[in-house]
Amino acid sequence: MQATDTHAHAHGQKGHSHDHHEPGFFSKYIFSTDHKVIGVQYGVASLIFLFFGFLLVLAMRFQLANPGKPIPVVGALLEKLLGSDMAPGGNLSGDLYNSFGAMHGTIMVFLAIVPILFGAFGNYVTPLQIGAPDMAFPRLNMASFHVYFIGGVVMFASFFTPGGTARSGWTSYSPLASVTDLANRFDGQTYWLIGMVFLITSSLLGSVNFIATIIQLRCRGMSWMRMPFFVWAQFVTAFLLLLAFPPLEAAGLMQLMDNLFGSSFFLPQGLVVNGTALAVSGGGSPLLWQHLFWFLGHPEVYVLILPAIGIVSEVIANNTRKPLWGYKSMVYSTMSVGFLSFIVWAHHMYLTGMGTKIATFFQTTTMMISIPSVIILTALFISLWGGSIRFNAASLFALSFLPMFGIGGLTGLPLGFNASDIYLHDSYYVIGHFHYVVAPGTMFAVFAGIYYWFPKITGRMMNETLGKLHWAGSLFFMNCVFAPMFIQGFKGMSRRMYDGGTTYFEGVDPTALSLNKMITMCAVGLGVAQLPFIINFFSSIFVGKKVSSDNPWDATTLEWATPTPPPHGNFASEPVAYRGPYEYSVPGAKSDFTPQSEKP
Amino acid sequence: MEIPYTYKARPDTGLYNAKVGIWLFLASEIMLFGALFSAYILLRVSAPDGFWPDVALAWPRGLLNIPIGTFNTAVLITSSVTVVLAWAALKMNNFARFRWLMVVTVICAFAFLGIKSFEYNDKFSHYVVRLKDGKAVTGHLEVNGKHPGFWNFADQWSLGRLEAEKVEHIEIAVDPARDIHGHVKHVEGASHDHAKQKIATADIAFLGSYTPATHPFFAVYFLITALHGLHVLGGALVLAYFAFPGAKMWKTNPEQFTNRIEVGGLFWHFVDLVWIFLFPVVYLL
Amino acid sequence: MSEQSHNAAASHDDHDHDIASHIKTYLIIFGALLLGTVITVLMYYVDFSSMAVTVGVALFIASIKAFLVAAYFMHLMSEKKLVYSLLVISAIFFTGLMGLTLWGTHDTPKNTLMKTVYVP
Ligand code: HEM
Ligand SMILES: [Cu+2]
Repeated sequence: MQATDTHAHAHGQKGHSHDHHEPGFFSKYIFSTDHKVIGVQYGVASLIFLFFGFLLVLAMRFQLANPGKPIPVVGALLEKLLGSDMAPGGNLSGDLYNSFGAMHGTIMVFLAIVPILFGAFGNYVTPLQIGAPDMAFPRLNMASFHVYFIGGVVMFASFFTPGGTARSGWTSYSPLASVTDLANRFDGQTYWLIGMVFLITSSLLGSVNFIATIIQLRCRGMSWMRMPFFVWAQFVTAFLLLLAFPPLEAAGLMQLMDNLFGSSFFLPQGLVVNGTALAVSGGGSPLLWQHLFWFLGHPEVYVLILPAIGIVSEVIANNTRKPLWGYKSMVYSTMSVGFLSFIVWAHHMYLTGMGTKIATFFQTTTMMISIPSVIILTALFISLWGGSIRFNAASLFALSFLPMFGIGGLTGLPLGFNASDIYLHDSYYVIGHFHYVVAPGTMFAVFAGIYYWFPKITGRMMNETLGKLHWAGSLFFMNCVFAPMFIQGFKGMSRRMYDGGTTYFEGVDPTALSLNKMITMCAVGLGVAQLPFIINFFSSIFVGKKVSSDNPWDATTLEWATPTPPPHGNFASEPVAYRGPYEYSVPGAKSDFTPQSEKP
Repeated sequence: MEIPYTYKARPDTGLYNAKVGIWLFLASEIMLFGALFSAYILLRVSAPDGFWPDVALAWPRGLLNIPIGTFNTAVLITSSVTVVLAWAALKMNNFARFRWLMVVTVICAFAFLGIKSFEYNDKFSHYVVRLKDGKAVTGHLEVNGKHPGFWNFADQWSLGRLEAEKVEHIEIAVDPARDIHGHVKHVEGASHDHAKQKIATADIAFLGSYTPATHPFFAVYFLITALHGLHVLGGALVLAYFAFPGAKMWKTNPEQFTNRIEVGGLFWHFVDLVWIFLFPVVYLL
Repeated sequence: MSEQSHNAAASHDDHDHDIASHIKTYLIIFGALLLGTVITVLMYYVDFSSMAVTVGVALFIASIKAFLVAAYFMHLMSEKKLVYSLLVISAIFFTGLMGLTLWGTHDTPKNTLMKTVYVP
């Protein structure tokens, strides 16, 4: 049977299978196998987690700026919920600070950013852009969301376990993670590990599905080099998740064994905790955890950024009304980044006492990986050249993504060099570095994507004025929050310490600490700057301006060739891609954009 | 709405969706078991010398029951060949033969798991005892004339528990001595089968059963074999489903059904493949 | 749906002969795998006096067995290019994971890390 027949068949059936019965609430919104509903489920869940993660860090910021003062508004509540040894008098204790820090990282990375980029945007947009009726395995897709959700619930529940939630950082280094609560095997860390196993399983199901979909379900004419860059980014991301997560799953199981059955995978011989020798066999290796963790950890940071670059590319091509400059080199760079990201991981471990040979190896690969990263960024910058840029909320976020990601990437270079990293490691400089990549970087791309695809999902536009206000406030406050952290890092302030590390290192320059007040104020400002967005988002769902066409942005890619919002099964008739993804302002064309589905 | 290529191959890739899916999944499984094997090697090469009693090696060798392990290997290999024969039977339109081959496969799977749990149990009542004078013995433990109960973690003995319950001595059916390769040493004249030995609690420095807490070898052994066992269990349930309730599809869509068996078989062979490495690594090396 | 299944059933006949010869191969491989298992176990009782040789021999036999399973039972002998490339990618990353982790834990400044002697 030929490809075309199957398609015709598929779309012929779609009509009546839909009319037969109106699905009930549960099968429509909870147990839906439609990739768009699942995308929205992911989106809603991850935005909630994003907000929660932000609240955690606000409490931490308050403690850093005002040591010894009770947390305003929620202090009393925290004391009631978590006990008075955790939050004495509404203060953040050291333990609680550590818990919040660990959970902030975990939630932001595994429950907010990855799900929103991959689960939400990836699910909603990828099948549409390749002209597929759905994902290759719709039920697996649903299972993936449900498993993610369970993982999230387990993580959240761990806050209320006796002894509190995990507090060994989002990296959960052993032995620290295994010895925090020796009396209680089912401590927060155990919940963390179980939650992670769920989240990893969910990512694995998702990534299998994405890769199979992109390989198998591209519509007629959608050759590899006609795929929108966003799809390429998702494709490489899915490979990173597929192959980098299993080692962390293995490591998680080992740490779980250490916690539950007293084994010593990561516990060395002769370990002494609080002055008493630990009653374990020993013989394990703490470094093993770090290797397995960062084998995931580094690819994971590219999982956080590649889909974001994908979103930004779509928005930029559309709003500059120009093809992306160097599309092919961007594609090849993305593949190189994906490949290299598997062999740079130990640049997170220079301070573990590595030999010079291995440090040189990882330093070299780290420098190599920055080349394709810079190629991608440069291609996007050059794409702006000579464009008649439309400045709307989506494009403003996408445009400011570029320098923000640039700062994040460039500040990574001193960290990639062994010699300078030994000084900067675990200081606020590192915090500044990666937040520039994920906060003003990835988060801006997420906002750009929401403003850009909102009309397709809801059939209504978001308000532009509120959007621009949101953009201006976010850009300003993001920089006020994260730029000073570089200075703090240079001046010796430690990350992960609720007093900035002053009790154990006297060399911290007091001026570094004095910046904390201002940063905290700006963090609150950043929160306030999100109000226009929240108002805009909810009100636009109901009262936003209705779109006048299926393609309000005059875009070229296939998702805009569907009805708005796309029905189950997506396309009204079988889509065919006749041309590349970004045919904007083609000389001689009748308008300044030529959709991929337009016959030559 | 229907998804294209659910069972027909897509012309340019030559594959149907589920086959792409299973190979992707197996690629991730390679990384999962690969990480565990890496952990095994790393822990082994960096184990401190003299860490395991009675052998000069840092790592215990020859502690697992080799005849049983060999038999289990054969069981798994058999199930692997029956599953591929079952698929071939479908290809030849012979449903009856398919079904009995599948039944054999599933029986093999559960036989494997049964034998494995017998082995696990044996390990839980096997103890290593280190004495204060530096000597050490291993063997089956008897406290107050009783062996520790099977499948009962609460019934495990530790030095702390012996002291708390004021047990004065324990008896241990000592394992035959082993040489540096983990082979049983044949000493002329000496009896080498499970001689009972009485040990006073006061002389004991450490006591622990062959469980993950006692040595990283057991931690790795139990983790990898348990994870492998879970794969066997999952695979067996899916294959059993295909053989009975899921076989309805043979009537409605034989091609898709045959594909399902192929995909299930691929997973099953992978599970076999892991065991092919696991068996020599934990039993023999 | 139903007319498709009809086609599928009909096309079986073309393969019948092919499949019959496959079955023979499967049985031969089965024999080879059992033999391999026996040899592996026998090797355990052979004293090579060097651990490296012992490990090498055992893994060599295991690799041959694994090759047989993968090539014949999993049909990798005649699989599509896509599957090969996928397996090559994961083989590379697996090698990287194992190799670099081992190198990373053992290339320490004086190679002293963790090589302690057990003191009860
Ligand atoms: C291409 C340029 C980049 C280079 C050279 C680079 C290098 C580094 C290095 C060497 C570290 C370890 C610093 C230390 O702990 O001492 C680090 C940390 C980090 N980087 Fe990057 N990076 C780059 C891009 C990115 C991107 C794109 C992201 C994420 C989207 C990212 C996220 C992170 C995170 C999350 C950490 C902190 C991990 C932790 O310790 O908790 N980096 N980076
Ligand atoms: Cu990194």
